[in-house]
Amino acid sequence: MVEKLTFTHPLSKYLRVDRLPHIWCEGCGNGIVLNCFIRALDELGANLDELVVVSGIGCIGRIAGYVNVDSFHTTHGRAIAIATGIKLANPRLKVVVISGDGDLFAIGGNHFIHAARRNVNLTVICVNNFNYGMTGGQLGPTTPLDSITTTSPYGNVESPFNLAHLAASSGAVYVARWTAFHIHELTKSIKASLKRRGFTFIEVISPCPELYGRYNKMGRGVDMMNWLKRVSEVRHGCDPAKAEVSSSKIVVGEFVSVDKPTYDQLIYQLMERVKGGSSVEGGG
Amino acid sequence: MLTGTHFLQGNAACAEGAIAAGCRFFAGYPITPSTEIAERMARRLPEVGGVFIQMEDEIGAIAAVIGASWAGVKAMTATSGPGFSLMQENIGLAAMTETPCVIVDVMRAGPSTGQPTKPSQQDVMQAKWGSHGDYEVIALSPASAQEMFDFTIECFNLAEEYRVPTILLADGFIAHAWERVVIPPPEEIKVVERKGPEAPPGDRLDLVPPMACFGRGYRVHVTGLTHDERGYPQADSVEVQRRLVKRLCDKIRANADRIVKTKAFALDDAEVVVIAYGAPSRPALKAVKMARENGLKAGLLRLITLWPFPEKDVIRLSSHVKAFIVLEMNYGQLVREVERAAKGTAVTLLSKLGEELHTPYEILRALKEVC
Ligand SMILES: Cc1ncc(C[n+]2csc(CCOP(=O)(O)OP(=O)(O)O)c2C)c(N)n1
Ligand code: SF4
Ligand SMILES: [Mg+2]
Repeated sequence: MVEKLTFTHPLSKYLRVDRLPHIWCEGCGNGIVLNCFIRALDELGANLDELVVVSGIGCIGRIAGYVNVDSFHTTHGRAIAIATGIKLANPRLKVVVISGDGDLFAIGGNHFIHAARRNVNLTVICVNNFNYGMTGGQLGPTTPLDSITTTSPYGNVESPFNLAHLAASSGAVYVARWTAFHIHELTKSIKASLKRRGFTFIEVISPCPELYGRYNKMGRGVDMMNWLKRVSEVRHGCDPAKAEVSSSKIVVGEFVSVDKPTYDQLIYQLMERVKGGSSVEGGG
Repeated sequence: MLTGTHFLQGNAACAEGAIAAGCRFFAGYPITPSTEIAERMARRLPEVGGVFIQMEDEIGAIAAVIGASWAGVKAMTATSGPGFSLMQENIGLAAMTETPCVIVDVMRAGPSTGQPTKPSQQDVMQAKWGSHGDYEVIALSPASAQEMFDFTIECFNLAEEYRVPTILLADGFIAHAWERVVIPPPEEIKVVERKGPEAPPGDRLDLVPPMACFGRGYRVHVTGLTHDERGYPQADSVEVQRRLVKRLCDKIRANADRIVKTKAFALDDAEVVVIAYGAPSRPALKAVKMARENGLKAGLLRLITLWPFPEKDVIRLSSHVKAFIVLEMNYGQLVREVERAAKGTAVTLLSKLGEELHTPYEILRALKEVC
């Protein structure tokens, strides 16, 4: 009799395996980000019962449905605002937002800058694939100049955001940028950001061969990975304003690491100060 | 906790009601005529160990409230028309994800920026239909500062009981009225607590699932996509869509008798019935009393619950009354629901646009015309 052997992946406890296979295309960087994220959890020995993953809407937004932790797949653009409510209502929870460039910086841009300004204690990972994948490859706030997308068929005339610079100038305490090629560095940065307190931001430049890559003749997934490998340049501590992202150069590394009191620390300290008092006793 | 008798503004009474109901999270964005609720919550919540945050806009405010509710804390926001419009997408998310939360809309005159300081009842239909898709909410209409307190508590209780966004639809008159408010000691206030998966099945209502909040080890997945009982997206299944949408609506529709509240005055032998809610129900009561003194068989049906609409009350009355007179501070919204339920019985709308309230005399005149 032949014994049937079944193998489980050592990281499968971090995934809702009954939800697999995932919806992402072949060669997409989203799976790599998921992989790095759960590896970071594993290496940290994270308490999965006190971790919440929040995403918006988009291809990468589906990540919330694959991780085996409390997770919220919210409305388009609102992940950070919902995560803010979760974190403030229960500061014991580690709250991680993973979402797309369009979700976090177009429709959700306002929540991003204000959460960074307040230093809400969140880890925010933006998977930047230079376009709106979910809706079929339209231009977004990070689409490079002259790129072809379905809504910039003659070439994009809008200047893209430098997300790392935006995060840093809005008040993020930790800012890093990697690409889907830099799996070890990215995993390390995710670990670093999970260990820190405060608004931490990681941008991951990620291939979307199905749409952005196709429209801009960048080849298949492997070709895009080779491109990321070729053009990226590690410069830790680089001024985010000068950390360029273009087709010929992508500056990656840990750019910002500072310490500041977090919003939940401040608000709970304030609460301790006034708790039990009554500003309205005996009157209106 | 504040108890005893106080002279309070309606908005302040609302904030105290929230605190008495166990609300410990408020996210808002300033807007007339609701701002005093946020201001009072900013002062009061930290005193009772709660969190106040002024968000960057109303979209963020309702979003943060939904997040806080999933983190296990009773949460509320307050706004007025323009902000209520911005909240609609996420009110739909709250309905879809069955997130208990309370939204206070102190209605002002619209459309658009309209007349910020002028009261109205122009968001009544929006409260029910403002977000896309089929869903149900609960909405209550207070008519005094005391009811701003009482109904805010009731909103929290209903939100928790039915896992549904619940709306306190106040108007600028009531929210800004300063009146005597009696706040009972906490042990005399009925407060409904959320039922988690550990609650015995007998404790739960049909069609309302228990809520597994974040951080309790359930590893729950919450999504605005159509989802099955595990919370998993089922974007292509007709069966799951049908089952989910029906249940989201039916948990309110099938329980309407338990939810709906109205107040009757002199209805037993009434031939003409005034239907009013919110501020206009005050002159309406006066007018009906005056009509009775004049020998007219008038009565008042005051709607406390606006959604689900108290159609049974109207259907019952329409079998024997001659006419309904509906008072609204809009150009005719809830009157459509009355007409639907009245099934042919004459319905007259007394509409007020702009800041003034119906006077008892105009209502009396209308009563005399139809009696
Ligand atoms: C309010 C609203 N507007 C538009 C959409 C349609 N929509 C879904 S995903 C998306 C863009 C997603 O782009 P991004 O955040 O970059 O994620 P990606 O798909 O590229 O991973 C849009 C516009 C929506 N779901 N909700
Ligand atoms: S469309 Fe692009 S981003 Fe979306 S799954 Fe496919 S490759 Fe990935
Ligand atoms: Mg994208």
